Amino acid sequence: MSDIKMTIIDRDGQRHEVDAPTDMNMNVMEVCKAYDLPVQAVCGGMAMCATCQCYIISDHDLGERNDDEEAMLWEAQNVKENSRLGCQIPITENLEGLVIELAPEE
Amino acid sequence: MITTDILIIGAGPTGLFAVFEAGLLKLKCHIIDALAQPGGQCTELYPKKPIYDIPGFPEVLAGDLVDNLMKQIEPFQPGFTLGERAETIEKQEDGSFIVTTSKGTKHHAKVVAIAGGLGSFEPRKPAIDGIENYEDNGLAYMIKDPEVYRDKKVVIAGGGDSALDWSIFLADVASEVTLVHRREEFRGALDSVEKVEELVQQDKIRLVTPAEILDINGDGKVESVLLQHNDEAKRMEVIECDAFIPLFGLAPKLGPIADWGLEIEKNAIKVDNTLDYQTNIPGIYAIGDVNTYPGKLKLILCGFHEATLMCQSAYQRIFPDKRYVMKYTTVGGIDGFDGSRKEAEKAVVKKIGNKQNV
Repeated sequence: MSDIKMTIIDRDGQRHEVDAPTDMNMNVMEVCKAYDLPVQAVCGGMAMCATCQCYIISDHDLGERNDDEEAMLWEAQNVKENSRLGCQIPITENLEGLVIELAPEE
Repeated sequence: MITTDILIIGAGPTGLFAVFEAGLLKLKCHIIDALAQPGGQCTELYPKKPIYDIPGFPEVLAGDLVDNLMKQIEPFQPGFTLGERAETIEKQEDGSFIVTTSKGTKHHAKVVAIAGGLGSFEPRKPAIDGIENYEDNGLAYMIKDPEVYRDKKVVIAGGGDSALDWSIFLADVASEVTLVHRREEFRGALDSVEKVEELVQQDKIRLVTPAEILDINGDGKVESVLLQHNDEAKRMEVIECDAFIPLFGLAPKLGPIADWGLEIEKNAIKVDNTLDYQTNIPGIYAIGDVNTYPGKLKLILCGFHEATLMCQSAYQRIFPDKRYVMKYTTVGGIDGFDGSRKEAEKAVVKKIGNKQNV
């Protein structure tokens, strides 16, 4: 298993090219935190706060939102069609080249 | 004016445990929190979230941990100012502080301990133009006193536990309860959903899904809301009401604390971790998730440790001439301010060398 490359666009529009390990059971929210990007993740990754909301810019297939994620995004602000919760996206090899943008803080 | 020894800002686990540690030192505490009930994000965001790293608890739900902490601090009779956000702080000539809340409540304390977690939790407000004009005029984002709604027509919006629980509670208080949710499904405890269904059958709750509130109307206070049904026709409906309560959860904000002259780094308050978690302003401490220092770990159990050291330092600040000798609670017992006393049962010691007693 190897790292994948992904791009995170922060709230100032700055692009961060980062390496994300596929063998550490990490998710996109945790990768953002590991690189000190301003993701609060108040609930710790339980899809209960939407502070890790991001927009999927690349055309990767991330699968359907699960019920918890769907419900949380119904309550969150600044939600777009391509909104996802970073904590609900596990890092896997098929995410190579993923580009995300952090949603504005509420 | 409320007076106390230690004013704690934030009623999460760290703030609550600080009351206990202060109580052992016979220091009185008062707690301010922007939320309407103690517990911070544990209670408000994820009461059912299991926590596995609290010593002595192989597993404990966040809500149960808060309940236990409340029980643990009961003998020390802390005061609470809930539903109000700490807004300003003024240092007095004698080194004490006056903290004023968003509703103007003043607190005078010798020491201030900020245990604000990720900041004050502000309600998520629906995107309705001019919504702030109705705040406290029929519009509320949290319920402090349900009696306010007795015999009133109430519209609640939201799909989580808060919306469900308050709809159930107000069904017996208000004259009319309408629950509006943008989805058909609710994100709450199954028994709450079932209870709501039952009350809908009994005509005690009117359930409108999927739908959302688009606007509020009224002359200086809420008189009606404009609802849009999320069906194909996007049918609009005006619901006359006395109160509108959107319960869309909370979002954390550091808030006015950021303007108190404290040294801030990456949205957290810098402290001197080698000693006592004091900030750059003597007499103001920061404990728990709100602080930062080299090696900081944002864990509840680390907050407990920080609260303990903070209280020892606060004691020395309040009583500079007294020497405090730390005692184990097993030895010293616990003397509550309510007159209660807890102490270890004294064991019978057998007389050494007397075979008759063996």
